[in-house]
Amino acid sequence: MRRHDIRASRSPLRRLRPVLLLPLAFGVALTLATEDPGGPIAYSGATIIPVDGPPIPNGVMVVNDGRITALGPAETTLLPAGGTVVDLSGRTLIPGLICTHSHLGRGGGGDSAGPIQPEADIFEAVNIRNAGFRRAVAGGLTTINVMPGSGHLISGQTTYLKLRDGNTIDDLVLRDADGLRLGGLKMANGTNSLRGAPFPGTRAKSAALVRAKYLAAREYAEKIARAAGDPEKLPSRDLSLEPLVEAMAGKRVVHHHTHRHDDILTVLRLANEFGFRVVLHHVSEAWKVADEIAAAGAACSLILIDSPGGKLEARDIDYRNGAILESRGVPVAFHTDDWITDSRLFLRMAALAVRAGMTREGALRALTLSGAEMLDLEARTGSLTVGKDADFVVLDGDPFSVYTKVLATYVEGRKVFDRSVPEDLLFAEGGRGAGDDQTFQGCCMGRQGAR
Amino acid sequence: MSPFAARTGRLRTVLTLLLLLATGAAAGQGTPADGPMAGLPDRAPAKGLEQPLSSGQPTVIRAGILHTQARDATGAWAPPISDGIVVIRDRRIAAVGPAGSVIIPDGARVIEAPVVTPGLIDGRSVVGLAGWLNYGHDQDQLEDSEPIQPELQATDAFNGREPLLEWIRSFGVTTAHTGHAPGNLISGQTMIVKTRTGELEDAVVTPLFAIAATLGDDAMESDRSPGTRAKQLAMLRQALLDAREHADQLRRAGDDPEKRPGRDLRKEALGRVLSGEVPLLLNCHRSIDIQNALRLSDEFGFRLILDGAAEVLEHADEVKARGIPVLAHPPMMRATGQGENASMTTVARLIAAGIPCALQSGYEGYVPKTRVVLLEAAIACAYGASFADALGTITLSAAEILGISARVGSIEVGKDADIALYDGDPFEYTSHCIGVLIEGQVVSAIVR
Repeated sequence: MRRHDIRASRSPLRRLRPVLLLPLAFGVALTLATEDPGGPIAYSGATIIPVDGPPIPNGVMVVNDGRITALGPAETTLLPAGGTVVDLSGRTLIPGLICTHSHLGRGGGGDSAGPIQPEADIFEAVNIRNAGFRRAVAGGLTTINVMPGSGHLISGQTTYLKLRDGNTIDDLVLRDADGLRLGGLKMANGTNSLRGAPFPGTRAKSAALVRAKYLAAREYAEKIARAAGDPEKLPSRDLSLEPLVEAMAGKRVVHHHTHRHDDILTVLRLANEFGFRVVLHHVSEAWKVADEIAAAGAACSLILIDSPGGKLEARDIDYRNGAILESRGVPVAFHTDDWITDSRLFLRMAALAVRAGMTREGALRALTLSGAEMLDLEARTGSLTVGKDADFVVLDGDPFSVYTKVLATYVEGRKVFDRSVPEDLLFAEGGRGAGDDQTFQGCCMGRQGAR
Repeated sequence: MSPFAARTGRLRTVLTLLLLLATGAAAGQGTPADGPMAGLPDRAPAKGLEQPLSSGQPTVIRAGILHTQARDATGAWAPPISDGIVVIRDRRIAAVGPAGSVIIPDGARVIEAPVVTPGLIDGRSVVGLAGWLNYGHDQDQLEDSEPIQPELQATDAFNGREPLLEWIRSFGVTTAHTGHAPGNLISGQTMIVKTRTGELEDAVVTPLFAIAATLGDDAMESDRSPGTRAKQLAMLRQALLDAREHADQLRRAGDDPEKRPGRDLRKEALGRVLSGEVPLLLNCHRSIDIQNALRLSDEFGFRLILDGAAEVLEHADEVKARGIPVLAHPPMMRATGQGENASMTTVARLIAAGIPCALQSGYEGYVPKTRVVLLEAAIACAYGASFADALGTITLSAAEILGISARVGSIEVGKDADIALYDGDPFEYTSHCIGVLIEGQVVSAIVR
C-alpha cells in the first residue's frame, strides 16, 4: 500500500496529473442531453440501487466534479441550477463494479528465482493498452486490484487502479491523501507454488518459508525502531522486507490465494501469528470451514467458474460458497481473476451466486461495496453515496438477468464506456479488433483517443 | 473501518480454532458435505421425480411451457406449448401436445415442471476423455506423440464415470459429441454419447462421428513439424493422398488377398473421410486457417465441419455456398490467442446468415475444465439470437449437424425421451435445472 521508505522521511509527494475537463468528444449520450463533465449533471428517472441503502425508484443522482453531490427520490431531490439533466427513465443505476482480483494487463510479479519476492510490484508491469481494459469497462468495472500470479508464496505487490480514461498507468493508479500508491501484497498457498527448489515441495515447507520471511521482516522493523532515526544504527534498506513490515503494520492488505480447507486455515494461522490483515481469495472449499472463517473475522473474495475442478484443489469449488458465507456473516466479494473469467461477465458471476442461494442484496454488495472495503476504498467508492466518487453503471434492466446490458460506465463522473458508440460496442461484444493482444493506435488506451 | 480488519481478537480466534479442532465440533460441517455435485439444498427438484418407475409404466410430463424444438414443414420452430403434455412409453416419446389434446394413460408416473425442453446436446466437447482433476491420469483428450493420428478411437479413451458428465447433465445436457481435442494436426476420432453415468456401452450413440483436426497456431510445434501453416497443409495433403492411394489399392485388389495392401489403421480412418462416410472436424479460428480449410475440402471433396471458427463470419458466403456447418465457439470463450477476435454475436450472425450451426462447450485446458452449453446458449440469446434459435443450437440444430436428429434434439413422437426440466427461463442466470431424463429414466434429480 505504501511504497515509501519506512525508515526515514518521505520523498516529495507525487501528484496526479491534472485531468483536463474538455467536453466529451464522443457525442450522443444516453439521451438527448449532452453530458458536460464541467458542470453538475443530474441523472434522473432511473431505479437507483445505492447498495448502502434501499433502492430508489425514479431516483435522481447529481454528479459534480467527479463526485456524487446529491441522491434521492425525484420528488424530493433538488436539481442543481445551471446543470444538465440526463433522463435515465427505465434504466437501472448501480455503483461501479469492483474487482478485488484481476490480472488485466498481463503483468508478472516475481520471476522463477524463488518463491518469495515481495519486492516485485505489479504496478511496474501492467500494460494498460491491453484490450482487456476496454472489455472491463464494458462489463461495468470501475476499480480493480491488479495482482501478480499465484505461482509464488509471495509473488509481489498488487496495485489498485481506477479504470479512468488515461494514457499511462499513473493516470489510473489510486493514491492516498499523501499521494502514495495504493495496493496490497499477493500471497498464495496450496499447489500452485509447489515446484522444484528453491520453491517449496510441500505445504509445511511453504508455511515455514513464509514464517521465516515474516520473522525477518519483524526483526528488520525492530531494528528500525531501535535505531530511532540514527543513520548509523539503521539497517540497510531491504525492498523485499518493507512490504511485509507494512502488512504487519496493517497498512498493506494481504490478498491470499487459497483453495483447500486446510490451506485456508493455514492462512488464518499465519495471519494471527504475524498480524497481517488478510482477504482470502478463491476459497474454493470455504463451505467446509465457513464457521472458522467467520470466527477469524476474515473476508472472502470468491470466484465462480462454470465447472468444478481444472485442478485438484479446485475440485470442491461450490456455487453455494457465497450463500453459505453470507449466512455466517462473513464479508463476501467476488473477483474475475481475469483472464480466468472475462470482466465483461462479472455481473454474471454474482448472478450465479444468487442462483445458488445468495441474497440479491448481498450479491450486489459483493460486487461493489464489499470489494471496496477489502481494498480500504470504501470511503471513496463502492456505493452511490453523497461525497463518494461518481463511479457508476447504467443498466437496461435487472442486474442479475442474462438479458441485461451495461449501457454506460462512469469513473469519477466521466463516461468510460458507452454501448451506443460502435468502437465501445466492439469491446462489449468482441470481434475483429477487440482481441486481447490488440495494439492500439494513437496515444491513449481510452475511448477519447488523443487529447 | 473495514469489517474484516479484525486485528483485535486474534487471541480469541486462536482459542476458537483450537476449541473447534479439539472438540471436532466444526459447525461448518453442517453445510453440504458432499460438495459441488450436491445441488441446492433449499430448493426442490421437479415434482414427481422421486417416484419409482415400474416395468411398463408410462411417464407423463406436464410442462407449464413446453419447448418441443420441433420444426414445421417450412423449417420454422414450432411455437412453445402452454400447459403441455409429453407421454413417454418404453424409453421413447409416445405423445406430445397441449393438455386436453393428449390422452393421459392410467397409472402413469406424472412429473411436473414449469419449463420443459428437449435434453440438451453439446455440439463439441472433450468431456469423458478429459476429466475434472486435470492431472495426467484423467487427461486422455490429446496424444502428443505424433501430429497425425486419425486412428485414435474416442471409444478407447472414454470414461463414462467422469464427474464432469454428471456436472453437465445436471444442467440438462443429455447428449455430447466428445472425443479428441484440438491441438494436433489430426488428433483422433470423436464420438457421440448420452451423458448417463456408466460404461461405454451404456453411453455410446455414434462410436465414430468425425476425425478431429486443427489448423493454425494451436497445432504448431516448436521442435518438430508442423511449424508453419504451409507445412500443416502439405502434411495434411500427403496424409490424404496416401489414404486415397491405399483405398485405390484395396479397390483394385478386389477379393484377391495377394494384391491387398496390408492393414493400415491410419489410412483406413482417413479413407472414411475421403469416402464421405465420416466428416473432417476442423478446428480453426483465424480467417487464413478457415480459407485453408475450405480449399482443402474443395481439393479432396470430404465433408467439412468447422469447429470453433471465431472469424467465420468473414467467410460467410463461401461457407454457406458449400453447405458447411459450424460447431461454433462458446460465446464466452476467452478472447485470446487464435480466438482473440471471437465475438459473443457469432452464433446470432451465423443463424442470420443461414449457416447451420450448433454450440459447443469446446476445449478448456485449465479452469473451468468444461463449459456448459446451456450457459453458452444463454449468452448467444442475450447477444442477438432468438430464444428458439439459441435453444436450437443446443437441441435440434445440433442433432441435425451430428446426424442424430432421428433420435434426439426435439420432443417429437418416436424420439428418445431425453428431457430437461427447469423452474423458469432456462437461459436466465437465476433459473435452475430441476431434473433430467434420458430415455425416460431420471438421471438427475438435483437442483442446479
